[in-house]
Amino acid sequence: MKKLIGLMLLLAPLAVHADEGVKLQTAPVNLENKASLQRGAQIFANYCLSCHSANYMRYNRLQDLGLTTDQISQNLMFASDKVGARMTVAMNPADAAKWFGNAPPDLTDIARSQGANWLYTYLLSFYRDNSRPTGWNNALFKNVAMPFPLWQQQGEQKLVVDQVTGPNGKKVEVDHLVLAKPGTMTPTQYQAMVGDLVNYLVYLGEPIQETRKKDGIFVLLFLAVFFIPAYYLYKEYWKDIH
Amino acid sequence: MKRLVDWVDERFPLTATWKQHLSEYYAPKNFNFWYFFGSLALLVLVNQIVTGIFLTMNYKPDANLAFASVEYIMRDVRWGWLIRYMHSTGASMFFIVVYLHMWRGLIYGSGRKPRELIWIFGMLIYVCLMAEAFMGYLLPWGQMSYWGAQVIISLFGALPYVGNALTTWIRGDFVVSDATLNRFFAFHVIAVPLILLCLVVAHLIALHEVGSNNPDGVDIKKHKDPKTGIPLDGIPFHPYYTVKDIVGVVVFLMVFSAVIFFAPGLHGFFLEPNNFIPANPMQTPPAIHPLWYFTPYYAILRAVPNKLMGVILMGCSIVVMFFLPWLDRSPARSIRYKGSIYKLALVVFLVSFFGLAYLGMQEPTPTITMFARIFTVGYFAFYLLMPLYTKMDKAKPVPERVTFHGQSAAGTHLSFEPVAERVAK
Repeated sequence: MKKLIGLMLLLAPLAVHADEGVKLQTAPVNLENKASLQRGAQIFANYCLSCHSANYMRYNRLQDLGLTTDQISQNLMFASDKVGARMTVAMNPADAAKWFGNAPPDLTDIARSQGANWLYTYLLSFYRDNSRPTGWNNALFKNVAMPFPLWQQQGEQKLVVDQVTGPNGKKVEVDHLVLAKPGTMTPTQYQAMVGDLVNYLVYLGEPIQETRKKDGIFVLLFLAVFFIPAYYLYKEYWKDIH
Repeated sequence: MKRLVDWVDERFPLTATWKQHLSEYYAPKNFNFWYFFGSLALLVLVNQIVTGIFLTMNYKPDANLAFASVEYIMRDVRWGWLIRYMHSTGASMFFIVVYLHMWRGLIYGSGRKPRELIWIFGMLIYVCLMAEAFMGYLLPWGQMSYWGAQVIISLFGALPYVGNALTTWIRGDFVVSDATLNRFFAFHVIAVPLILLCLVVAHLIALHEVGSNNPDGVDIKKHKDPKTGIPLDGIPFHPYYTVKDIVGVVVFLMVFSAVIFFAPGLHGFFLEPNNFIPANPMQTPPAIHPLWYFTPYYAILRAVPNKLMGVILMGCSIVVMFFLPWLDRSPARSIRYKGSIYKLALVVFLVSFFGLAYLGMQEPTPTITMFARIFTVGYFAFYLLMPLYTKMDKAKPVPERVTFHGQSAAGTHLSFEPVAERVAK
């Protein structure tokens, strides 16, 4: 029965997260890479924080990433002057809904609700689509309301639709993205940039998580040591019971 | 110290209570792995109450503030993340422990005469726990909190005549709103826990009145030491089972901590990704399903095409469990001496229950609904046909004394020799 439970626990996430369409790419998440997180924070402050808030995060928390409060207030704070303030956005949500069709969601927990791989793939999947009001569309999130803020870096992708003969002999349409106009970065550089940003978003979703895992090792070690006297105490008491 | 105890004892039965429930409560000596989960359930209950108290110090039951206050606990309150994860993981662990505890009752016939009331108190605890979990899940005010509550409360709307009025009465509004959040908070932090604690006390008093069952399902009170009146196969709960339960507690805490510290969301099983999006009454999430511990019943609900019938059948799936002590007609309590038909029925039940749990997490498709129907039939057949198949089933003779370390207490090897012969010895 234990095997059965194990099997179900293993299989169930596959079914829960099975997404149709675009295959998700693996985001290079590494929360121990402080340099990557600092770059991610920089990109976040420059490109995301003007429309999206991170309402539950305080600027001075970024000391986690090895930054001083001076560095934070000089390089990352454009919307606030108090380093203990939360990462709010000046834009009124009602206005934003009028301008974009949807108010930009708060990004504090976005990595926890969407997952790192989804965010990574999403930021790599924008393409030029003049039928959309913003001029941009997204292969992962069809008809997304968000304009593409990183287009200068990535350049312009184009959606190409191919006719392919499927395994059952039927014609199937398969689309993929090609870089039509290069940006200021090479594709590899751009992927690294998005990787840093997603890494930061994962941190943002739960700033404590690295500490949490380290604490967990101590807790488990303590319990493992505590197990020994507990077990021998039990054996000692029970040796007379036949 | 002695004088202090005497002073208290003259005014309050302190020593007497201690003796009655711990140091002179004689439990069968052959408890096995499955007997850890009662004390573990008590441990998790204490964990939920203690962490719950600290959470209420910073949580705000207000539709505009609730989500942000949980984030505040997770980010700005010192050790708040740990308290919150202990509470959220504790909720799921409570169900795991209670399900294993109920499973124990199922395989060893723990609810059979004279322990029917223990089983009924236990079932009432289980129902309270479901209410507690459901109402608690609304409090973080995420998308799943909101829409899960919306879906479940709307089930009451299927009742004829009173349905709509009843749902409005439960919510205190026409939709799930601030009024709903406030009353669920009141129920979650005081009303239901109070009932829960009373029921736990009743469960234990009833248990200590008739004595514990054991994996052999034999009555240890039949063979007492003529001088002391203590059951020959009984040992004092304290210190024997307290030291044994400490070992169980340490192992349990290792599993519990592994989840809390390394996978608090457990891949969406304990904390759902969608619940990290604040509740939005204007936007229905693409998929709404309850947390894992409710999914078997949710699958039964969806297996029925008619909404009212689905709600009724879902209710019946819980109610039928209350009757378990009377449904089992086998002369043997424990699975050790029951025949193969019962074992087969138990496999059908287990497959159905896990099958339903899995299907309740999936988006319904015709195949899924078909399987859910098959498993629903399997689930109910286990209970409703029990009087028939346990009567037909060939049970082995139950020994007079418990078996311990593969040996019967009488010193002979575990054997199934007829009772009469054993008595003759």
